[in-house]
This record gives sequence, C-alpha cells and structure tokens, in this order.
Amino acid sequence: MRLTLRVWRQTGPGEPGAMTEYQVSGIVPEMSFLEMLDVLNEELILRGEDPVAFDHDCREGICGACGMVINGQAHGPERTTTCQLHMREFGDGDTIDVEPWRAAAFPVVKDLVVDRSAFDRIIGAGGYITAPTGSAPDAHAVPVPKEAAETAFENAECIGCGACVAACPNGSAMLFTSAKVVHLNTLPQGAPERESRVLGMVGAMDAEGFGGCTNAGECATACPKGIPLPSIAAMNREYLRAARRAPR
Amino acid sequence: MKHRTAHTPSRTAPQTAARTAPRTPRYSVGSPIADTKAPDGPVERRWDQRRFEARLVNPANRRKHTVIVVGTGLAGASAGATLAEQGYRVTQFCYQDSPRRAHSIAAQGGINAAKNYRNDGDSVRRLFYDTVKGGDFRARESNVHRLAEISVEIIDQCVAQGVPFAREYGGLLDTRSFGGVQVSRTFYARGQTGQQLLLGAYQALSRQIAAGAVEMHARTEMLDLVVADGRARGIVARDLVTGRISTHLADAVVLATGGYGNVFHLSTNAKNSNATAVWRAHRRGAYFANPCFTQIHPTCIPRSGDHQSKLTLMSESLRNDGRIWVPKARGDTRPPERIPEDERDYYLERIYPSFGNLVPRDIASRAAKNVCDAGQGVGPGGQGVYLDFADAVARMGREAVEAKYGNLFEMYERITAEDPYRAPMRIYPAIHYTMGGLWVDYDLQTTVPGLFAIGEANFSDHGANRLGASALMQGLADGYFVLPATLNDYLARAPHQPVADDHPAVAEAVAGTEDRLNLLLAVGGDRTPDSFHRELGALLWDECGMSRTEAGLRKALERIPELREEFWRRVRVPGGGAQLNQSLEKANRIADHLELAELMCLDALHREESCGGHFREESRTEDGEARRDDDRFQYVAAWEFTGPASAPVLHREQLAFDHVHPTQRSYA
Repeated sequence: MRLTLRVWRQTGPGEPGAMTEYQVSGIVPEMSFLEMLDVLNEELILRGEDPVAFDHDCREGICGACGMVINGQAHGPERTTTCQLHMREFGDGDTIDVEPWRAAAFPVVKDLVVDRSAFDRIIGAGGYITAPTGSAPDAHAVPVPKEAAETAFENAECIGCGACVAACPNGSAMLFTSAKVVHLNTLPQGAPERESRVLGMVGAMDAEGFGGCTNAGECATACPKGIPLPSIAAMNREYLRAARRAPR
Repeated sequence: MKHRTAHTPSRTAPQTAARTAPRTPRYSVGSPIADTKAPDGPVERRWDQRRFEARLVNPANRRKHTVIVVGTGLAGASAGATLAEQGYRVTQFCYQDSPRRAHSIAAQGGINAAKNYRNDGDSVRRLFYDTVKGGDFRARESNVHRLAEISVEIIDQCVAQGVPFAREYGGLLDTRSFGGVQVSRTFYARGQTGQQLLLGAYQALSRQIAAGAVEMHARTEMLDLVVADGRARGIVARDLVTGRISTHLADAVVLATGGYGNVFHLSTNAKNSNATAVWRAHRRGAYFANPCFTQIHPTCIPRSGDHQSKLTLMSESLRNDGRIWVPKARGDTRPPERIPEDERDYYLERIYPSFGNLVPRDIASRAAKNVCDAGQGVGPGGQGVYLDFADAVARMGREAVEAKYGNLFEMYERITAEDPYRAPMRIYPAIHYTMGGLWVDYDLQTTVPGLFAIGEANFSDHGANRLGASALMQGLADGYFVLPATLNDYLARAPHQPVADDHPAVAEAVAGTEDRLNLLLAVGGDRTPDSFHRELGALLWDECGMSRTEAGLRKALERIPELREEFWRRVRVPGGGAQLNQSLEKANRIADHLELAELMCLDALHREESCGGHFREESRTEDGEARRDDDRFQYVAAWEFTGPASAPVLHREQLAFDHVHPTQRSYA
C-alpha cells in the first residue's frame, strides 16, 4: 500500500504547528497503525529529519499511552486503541490525517504527544480507597455481590488514554472521572469515602480546565474499553447526594 | 570516527574499548558468595525471625530519610506507596507519562496465593514446593518460602483497595488453575489482572503523591547510579521532555525497573521497557545474576512479517480450556477444520498425560518448537501451533467461554482478523520474562550497599523458570511487604551523612551521562537505532533463545562486540539532546542492550546444563528433556563487572535444598 499522511508537526509546547504531508509506501495490511508510523520514522531518520513523536508503549491496547486523532476520530475508525488499529482498515492510495488529542486540558508537548497529567491529579483527589499496607482484613471478610463486582470491573477497565476527552465537543473528562467514581463507589470497600471521593474528583476535574458535559455521548462512542455512558449519570447522582449532605 | 577524537580516552572508554577486549579467557572465577543474610532455622520461621531482628526507624525520624524508587510497576508503585505511608520521603521516577502505564499493566492471567479457598489441598507449603520445583531447583528456598507466606496477605491487601477480582455468585472470590500446578490458586480479574492490580497500587501511590509524601517525576528516565563513598546515594536522570540532566540524592535507592526481555527486540514487553537502570547499576558494582535465565512464553500470537514491532501474549489461562495440537502429517496445509480428529497430534496431552496442556511454560514452549522443527507447524513459515477451543465451546457453551476469555479472543481477532470461536488460534512462543536480574540478598539488597532491587529487576524467586501468575505475586510481595521491612533495617543501621551536590561521584556520573548522549548524537551514521535492535534481537533469538548450543553461543559472542562497534560507528540519531527526542532515548537503551546481550550469552555458555528456560542441546535426557547437572551447577551465577575491557568475574552462590529434594522435573 502507498499512503499520503498529513501529520500535525509541532516542535514544542506553545510553538506554532502545521499539518505536514508525507508519502509512505511498502505498507502491508497486517501492520498496526503505529508500525506504519515506525516505517515513516525510519525513513525520516535516514533522511536526517526529525521523526514524528508519539506516545506508545505496550502496543497491546492496555497501557493507554497511545492515542491520536485519525481522520477526525479519536483512535481512528475502529473502536480500539491506536496501537490495535491495523492498516487493513485503510485502502491503497488513501490520505490519512493524523493529529494529537485536542483539548485545553491536554496541552501539546510535541507533534502527537500531549500532556495528560491532569488525569493523574484527578485520581489523586480521591480516586482510591484508603487502605494502608498491612491493614486489610481477610479477603473473604466482606463478600461482594457478583453484580457489584461486575459493575466495578466494567468501569475499572478504563485505561486513561484520553480518547473520551478528545472526542468530546466540550473537552470534558466526565467519562474518565465517572468510571473511577463508579468503580470504587459500587464496592463495599469504597463506601466510607463515597462522598469525599466524588466531591474531590469532580472538583479536581473542574480545576484542570476540562469542559462540562452536555450529553453528546461522543466519549462513550470513542472509548476503546467500552466504559458505559450511564456511568456519567451515576456520578451525577453520587455528586448530588454528596453535595446535599456535605456541610455548607 | 568523530567521537574518538573529540573526547578524552577515559570518557570514550566504556563503549569503544570493548572492541579490543581480550576474547579469552572470557571470565574468571572469584570468591563464592557465602552469606545471603537469610536467617538459619526452620524455613517457615525465617521471615518472622528476620523481621524481628530488623531494626526499626522511629516514626518521627522517618521523615528525615529520603528514598528513591525507580519505576512504578507493581513492585515500584506498591513500594513507593507503602514507604510513604510509613512516613519516609519518597522520590519516584517513571519514563512513562503517568505511573499508571508501567508494563505490569499488561499482565493478563492472574496472581497466585495459597489461600486454599477451594479446599483443594493447597497450602503455603505446596505453593513453596511448586515454585521451587517449577523453577527447576535454581531458586533460594528461604526466599521462595517467604513469597508463599506473603501471597495470602497480598490478596487481602488488593481486595481492600478495591481491586475487582472475579467473584462467584455468593460474593466470594473465584480462582482458576494455571500451568505447572494441580490446585486452583490463581485469583484473576478477567484477562486484565495486571491492569487491575497495578491500578490498585497506582491509586495508593496517587494518594501519597497528592498528600505530598511522594515526589513523582513522570517522563523521567534514570541513566546512571550515584555511588558515593561505597553506598548508593542517588541517580542521574534525564527529563524526557526538556532533555535536562539532573541528579537526585537520597539515603537509599530502590530499582523496580522490570526485566530485560527487550534485549531480544521482539518480545511481549512494552516497546520502551529497557535494561538501562539495572545495567548501569551493574556497571557501578551490583552483581548481575543468572542473565541467561529468560522465559519464553508458549502462547503468543505468531509474527506476521518483518515490520513486526512487538509480540502479543495470549494469556496462559487459555490453556485451561484450549487444546494444543498440530497436524500429524508434515506440511499439512489443509485448514484446521478439514483435518479429522485422528490426523491431529495433541502433543502435550500425548507426551505429558497428567499435566496435559498445563505443563510449565518452558516445557510447553520447547514442545512447540520441536513439533515446528519437525515440520508439523502451521501458518506462515510453519511457525505456529493450534490452540483450539472447539471442545470448550461444545462443553461450556460460547457464552461461558466468552465470559472467561472474551477480551483475549477479541484481541486475537483484532490482530489476526481471524475469529477464534470458529477457527483455532495460532500461537507460537515468544520472549516474555526474565528470571535473571540484579543479584540480591534475602533483604533484596544488591552488592552495592543501599541499592535495592525489587520485582522482575532482581533475580530472586523464580529460579530458572517462573510459574504462571507468580510475577504479579512477587512484584507485590517485594513492594508491599518485603522491602518496607528490610529497608527499615538498612536505614536504621547506617548513618547517612548528606552527600553534597558537588561530590566527585555526582560530577563524574553527570559528566559520564552527558558525554554518552553527546556521543550518540555525534556519530551521524547511516543506520537507524531500530535496525541495530532488530539485528541484535534476531541473533539472540537464534543463538540464546529457546535452545542453545556451545557453537551458537560462541558465534554470538564473536558477533555482539562487532555489532556494538558498528553501532557506535554507524548509528544515526537526529535532533539534539535538549528536547523530546525519542530516537535518542531508543539509541541509549540499545547501547546497553548491546552490552547486556554479551553477558547473557556468556552466562548461557558457561552453564553447561539444561534447567528451566535455559536449554542446552548438549545436556538432555534420552527422550529429549532437559537434563540438569546439580553436581556442577546447583548455584546462582552472580557476575561482577570489572571494566569495559576486562573479563567479568563469576561469583557462585551455592544453593541448598533442605526442604524440597531436587528431582528431575516430571510432568508426565
């Protein structure tokens, strides 16, 4: 396959950027999208040009490091991570646009690399259960109904890639934040911090500059792990409950 | 060669002098390691004894101590969180953009614990026994027993943190069985156990970061160790965004930087996993133990072409319900569904009737290689075997199979565009884990005082072969429970005068790091860093992979120094050092891989026996199985670095088996 790529190039934070066109050939359908970029980068290096910077690590769809907007869609046309997108989804001669996540709370670091540390700070504001090492009771001391365990797991699957934010017209982090709130608030172990957790995390989310939610639903459509949209409603419910009970 | 003339000889020595290193003798033998600091007495009382003897640091004094933790995988994140909870000041590093992305996240199958919730005869003693035997009698009994004891506490800890393990309808935890054992002791969260355990540890760490107890440096890579006055006192690190080189000083340094499987280029490791931290520590005096003990995982998706950048594992848990087979006839190219039952060879069930498809990894991998070498392999190049779920679907129904393995099937289909519910998966072995690593004593301290290594970065608990679902167990045992106890003792005993920023050791480490990066940038050659990585990986896979021969290893030992020399002459790294430069990061890691690879081959050459993942063609039984040589090799090989131009020194740590009698492993 021969492809025309239009890639966002930006040398650093706050620097001006532009779409730059490249031709790549010798692409086969079995390649992943990132392996296709590897081919481009190898050529750029030999030509003495700066290769395209992008985040990636596990390349099996679980670490959440990779992520780019491909032809206008977060992670591209398939509902998966960029590393698990394969070139068989494209045709010979295609032109493909490749851009970084675009959101006010995710400033561009270089080319396709963005700064997602805001996510870490949201987790630090309550996305945990306080259980210092050594203090745990026996694992079977508190049974967890299978249904609750399944709901918790379904939400805990979030890989923190940021596709939800990139896909949202408002740059909102509601799906990411609600996944952790629902994961932990569903479990009996998470109950004691139920209120402080949702208040803290939503407060941090707002402080980081993420937009509000207008129920566009783009986040759940783009999410490679299928975090359910109703988690946002569940978080709103938790938030209202906690806000009502919180001392004014 | 520009870099040779541009620098003083002492500065260029590390890389270039190796090419003139004398080829024989390749190593010398030094004094044996006599004391591992494990207490004497009954094996089940040793950990208790050690904890009691360990000195404590007064809670009010802990905040006066700073500990550096490098890496945020299961071992690093759990250690950082726990040390901070105890009151220490922690400075922590990871090269990823977030601590949540460390490669533990990709572990799929599960975590072992001797809970015996199934009442199926499991016990701490049985987990201890299985692990020593599974490791082919090349692990320390004291360490393994401690691991088995702690396993039960880990599950408690993780459940308390909200890790959503799979549960039964009664609300209790579900378990499954794994390769190499006959009890059901593996706790799991679908096929994403590593992710869930890591997020639990990451969340605990995040709580400490938010509380100001852990100073977290993401996108920062350790490039050297600072050893001042004989003790590990800090690290030199590079900010991967700005390129700034900085020094961080502390009272102790903990390496939780994972394994070195990426020396092979193609492995199931994350693309950026690397050996730089452990290799730099080795060059600073930490012995490297059993580097040739690498694990090849039997169930990975076969490579599809030369463009392949990494290999993807299919969890070993699939072997619980999938059946492995190849056509009986050589070169049979019929599609699998057209091959009748009596023309299939379910070779694991045939050769190992009592363990069947659940034999340990090393045995399953070698068996796959043997049938492929015999011409019975399937798929492109005959480099694959079938893993078939037809019987499981018929027995359990598609829904039950989907509930258990859904995400793995989906991942397989995404990569191969084949539906494993209809056609069997094709799998082939791939490099997955490294049992070798920095030598540590019972306290997890390396031979450099004040330098600790935990998780996959050390060599300690798995001997020559790791059992499935034991890596997560060991990482968390080290980080949550072992290190926090033993580090107390180190900090309580040693007076720690502050190291000045202008200490000669600091200046030397910083200058060395800067020179090295400048050298890489200055070569300006005609080959990409990846091209060297691919070449090294192919060489190692052929000569130091699933089976090894004296001739092959000697060939690799000739070739690696040549390749290294070519690397420093021909590599091309565009851009500068003071910027985000992923080519520079890569080239720097490959430079270390090129040195470590040589030690791996040397270790494999010297160990003239087969054990666990190390299979020497010359040492096998009549029926082709691995033959250990306990008389000559019942020891840990701990290698001392003596300089780039001189041969390493071998220190032997003899292993004693007082509780599990070494036998020829039999899974038939």
